[in-house]
Amino acid sequence: MSYYCGSYPIVEKKAIAADIYSYVIHCPEIAAEAKIGQFVQIKAEGYTLRRPVSICGTDKKNGTIRLVFEVRGKGTDTISRLNAGELMDIIAPLGNGFTVPAAKQGRIIVVGGGIGTPPLLDIAKLYGENCTAILGFRSFDRVILDKDYAAAGARVIVCTDDGSAGEKGNVSVPLANELAKGDVAAVYACGPIPMLKVIVEQTKKAGVFCEVSLEQRMGCGVGACVVCACTVIRDGKQQVLRVCKDGPVFNAEEVVL
Amino acid sequence: MSFTPDISVSVCGVNFKNPVIAASGIYGFGEDYTDLYPLSELGGISCKGTTLNPKDGNIPPRIAETPSGILNSVGLQNPGVDRFIEHYIPMLEKQDTVVIANIAGASVEDYEQTARKLDSTSVDMIELNISCPNVKQGGATWGVTCAGAQSVTKAVRAATKKPVIVKLTPNVTDITEIARAVEAEGADAVSLINTLLGMRIDIRTRRPVLHNNVGGLSGPAVFPVAVRMVWQVSNAVKIPVIGMGGIASAEDAIEMMMAGASAVQIGTAIFGDPYVPVKVCEGMKKFCFENNIEKISDIVGTVKPW
Ligand SMILES: Cc1cc2nc3c(=O)[nH]c(=O)nc-3n(C[C@H](O)[C@H](O)[C@H](O)COP(=O)(O)OP(=O)(O)OC[C@H]3O[C@@H](n4cnc5c(N)ncnc54)[C@H](O)[C@@H]3O)c2cc1C
Ligand SMILES: Cc1cc2nc3c(=O)[nH]c(=O)nc-3n(C[C@H](O)[C@H](O)[C@H](O)COP(=O)(O)O)c2cc1C
Ligand code: FES
Repeated sequence: MSYYCGSYPIVEKKAIAADIYSYVIHCPEIAAEAKIGQFVQIKAEGYTLRRPVSICGTDKKNGTIRLVFEVRGKGTDTISRLNAGELMDIIAPLGNGFTVPAAKQGRIIVVGGGIGTPPLLDIAKLYGENCTAILGFRSFDRVILDKDYAAAGARVIVCTDDGSAGEKGNVSVPLANELAKGDVAAVYACGPIPMLKVIVEQTKKAGVFCEVSLEQRMGCGVGACVVCACTVIRDGKQQVLRVCKDGPVFNAEEVVL
Repeated sequence: MSFTPDISVSVCGVNFKNPVIAASGIYGFGEDYTDLYPLSELGGISCKGTTLNPKDGNIPPRIAETPSGILNSVGLQNPGVDRFIEHYIPMLEKQDTVVIANIAGASVEDYEQTARKLDSTSVDMIELNISCPNVKQGGATWGVTCAGAQSVTKAVRAATKKPVIVKLTPNVTDITEIARAVEAEGADAVSLINTLLGMRIDIRTRRPVLHNNVGGLSGPAVFPVAVRMVWQVSNAVKIPVIGMGGIASAEDAIEMMMAGASAVQIGTAIFGDPYVPVKVCEGMKKFCFENNIEKISDIVGTVKPW
């Protein structure tokens, strides 16, 4: 497994919600290696640090990857000014990715909160109708990728904090309902820490395999600088690992949130 | 006339194939960058700061972006000197690059024992990070007083025959005093600058961005400060000076050498572009060629002050 650093052509750019953009980048060697749950570090011209963004989809045949990100601050704003035909400078693919068994083992659930929905999409593509996607957002105008999940064949449950789309409330209620059915083989989650904390509790209690993808401020993104610390308990010992290299995906049993 | 410029340099009798060294803490132990180019492209690597015992470091966030730079507060997370010797040195000694161990400690004994362990290894040089807290002195950093800087230099000097580089902190009133003090204790070279103490606050939460509240500033923002200090120190001591702080291009590296640096280290700029060290070497060759300079070492300290 190796990574690359270079400038790659943007083949498609779309605004998919207010301040949220979807890019397709032509980078065959990266697409060939990319695994579900890995991320890229994007250069924002004029800024010292790159911005980490998850890979939202890989098209190995066409040699492309898809990135979906929200403009949060100046760096993502700068990147979002890039247009189709221009080049995006990225380091990728980075991190470990989700443990997704190739052979479908029963039903799985993906839980995405807000901008945590992109990295889980390819799991839904793999599992199709055996996947239930629980997607949580602040309000109807922030809802993204619900149609992509549906197109992948997944059963989609949308929740919003204010009830302006889908079910009112957070993702823990539908997740509890699904777990209660007793046929769930695994849960994969990405989103804000308070949401992940609840999901970790729920899956631990249900005894269901669960992986969560974390965010942390990064320097290098490749494992060298130990800026992106995360604590886990492994083999009974507390250890400080790197979100960029040992993660961003961690086992719910081990991670200390 | 056609010629190939020689960009090799010699510091304390150690030969570097080029003057570019990866700065401590940004490059880890080198292995994470070999996907892009071999470590043999570097003149040398200053490894992640290593302590006698493993350290977990500070609670994140450990990094904040600033105009033209960053603040960091990693807190010296490292696997400890024994693991460094056992696991990383065997890999590093095969890379055909100069290996510099960078060490830190909370007490004089920590430095001394860490250096003693490294003395019997294949590392080429030992760099003392004296920008970490002296626990017995209430946590004030070693490098801010002549006495503190001298005490660790003296102990390490006695513990190893390897060339000792003392890495100076810029958070002092007169850096030349400290440089002279460590030279008197037998330092073979000095390197500078370490990071400048800084702080950022998130105005929405009123919380410092770094969990440690304060952290070290590095990157292009500190470059002029670093050039000034390298110039002052190289005029104050006879031992070689290794310059760093904000170098991001060949032009920056050349400027630092003209200020008095025999070699340079590059850190923060690698976050933005991992190829910076390689590009700096290319740019140096081009500069030498265009300006008829046969050896890059001929430019060291050649600034012509007004
Ligand atoms: C592994 C990983 C995957 C991610 N995937 C996505 C994604 O698919 N889509 C998406 O919209 N966002 C994603 N993020 C979050 C994204 O990195 C931040 O929103 C972005 O860095 C903010 O940069 P900015 O310039 O807009 O904000 P600024 O506030 O100007 O950023 C200042 C600094 O803080 C860092 N920073 C700020 N917020 C975060 C954060 N939440 N996580 C890490 N660093 C942060 C920035 O990288 C930068 O170094 C991901 C983060 C990580 C760690
Ligand atoms: C994330 C990070 C970690 C660092 N860790 C160390 C360290 O362990 N030991 C040390 O002597 N200097 C450490 N430094 C300081 C750098 O080696 C260097 O002196 C400083 O960053 C200035 O150079 P630059 O602007 O090129 O980064 C660290 C710097 C950064 C940004
Ligand atoms: S960001 Fe450098 S180790 Fe993770």
